[in-house]
Amino acid sequence: MYPSRFRYESPASIEEAIALLEEGKGEAKVLAGGQSLVPMLKLRFASPELLVDINNIADLDYHRFDADGSLHIGALCRHEHLEKSAEISARQPTIAAAAPLVADPIVRTRGTFVGSVCHADPQGDWASCMVALDGHIVAQGPNGRRNIPVRSFVSGPFQNVLAYNELAVEAVIPAPQGTALGGYMKLERRVGDFATAAVAVAVDMSGGKVTRAGIALTGVGGTTVDASDAAAALVGSSLDEASIGQAAELAASVAQPRSDHRGSASYKRHIISTFTARLLGSIAESNERAA
Amino acid sequence: MTSLFEEITETSVDIPIRRVTITVNGEKRSANVEPRLLLAHLLRQGFKLTGTHTGCDTTNCGACTVLVDGRPAKSCTMLAVQADGHDVMTVEGLASASELHPIQEGFKEEHGLQCGYCTPGMMLAAKALLDENPDPTEDEVRWALSGNLCRCTGYQNIVKSVLWAAEKMRNSAG
Repeated sequence: MYPSRFRYESPASIEEAIALLEEGKGEAKVLAGGQSLVPMLKLRFASPELLVDINNIADLDYHRFDADGSLHIGALCRHEHLEKSAEISARQPTIAAAAPLVADPIVRTRGTFVGSVCHADPQGDWASCMVALDGHIVAQGPNGRRNIPVRSFVSGPFQNVLAYNELAVEAVIPAPQGTALGGYMKLERRVGDFATAAVAVAVDMSGGKVTRAGIALTGVGGTTVDASDAAAALVGSSLDEASIGQAAELAASVAQPRSDHRGSASYKRHIISTFTARLLGSIAESNERAA
Repeated sequence: MTSLFEEITETSVDIPIRRVTITVNGEKRSANVEPRLLLAHLLRQGFKLTGTHTGCDTTNCGACTVLVDGRPAKSCTMLAVQADGHDVMTVEGLASASELHPIQEGFKEEHGLQCGYCTPGMMLAAKALLDENPDPTEDEVRWALSGNLCRCTGYQNIVKSVLWAAEKMRNSAG
């Protein structure tokens, strides 16, 4: 099918983009990488009156670590830029592990991290990473900027809390409390398919103890599942076998998988437990090696 | 889709029209397009470059892959207006007037195609890989082509074709 007719604008500044969104009165959509939006336009799941293409806005295509250790990802940072970044691979293991698993290599040249979080697909890999890493979205509107923690950013499947005249300009991952460790594991039937199930883990360690932990699950609920009890069970531990086992069990218990052509609910739950244990096990190993 | 393209050049007042100028295979080309026109259709119906195939039309198969500023993109998942001011390479841009590109030669030598539908997308994804990594391993070739589906070959000979081309390009560069 062909997209419905729309007006197209490609502003050169964030302010212009916001003015256009304001003008759109809720009937406008922001186009960044377009790898989810364009297919949705073609299926007419989305039929906006106005498309605001932000690709011509300078200075949104970046990812950088600030002096305080926080990671900032601009609205036009493509998946492949994160995948190929030496800095990400050295300093942010959860994102480094997920980047090569997002969609397929061609989609990764255009799709964006921030766009994927805004799209709020319960199968989205980046939303899980953001939850595990306790990230937030920086939204800019006519009255300035505000920070929205990712846990309150996504309000349902394919829904976020951005006001109609707000643009998500940046995603922020706070500085680790100690050494940032983590990973992402995803089971997919083939490259580019939706995840059967996936797990994001982010663990900060200092002096052999876990100082902060986050675990989030992809594809096993109506939205990204925050396995906060599983993560809480790790804090203060040395990632010994018992605490890993407990976390894996707790993560599986909050998953809400549904049986479908990708697998039965019990299989998916089993995958969540196995992936959580494997990720935490390899984090424990790499931490021992570093110590 | 032909009607859509012609419809917009007839310019009725209430249909939004944008003028785009795109460098296609090294040549600057302009068109008046409706913003909802997909890049794949501008290339095929507008510019008559039918080497770009549309397969699934759902961002899965990669048959419509072209290079946009040197990076592979699925042209069914890009609006033509998004390519305004950019550089696009289609499969027609690979060969010179007198000879095939080594990637095309590789597909011939190693029997890298059967029905040929996926081939233009495969070749451009391969070009993007070899531009970045002239000496890829078999795994790296498979990884780079994992966004392109082939329903005939089982991929074996496609991978061989790309490795053949890589070797030929290294030899002629050295």
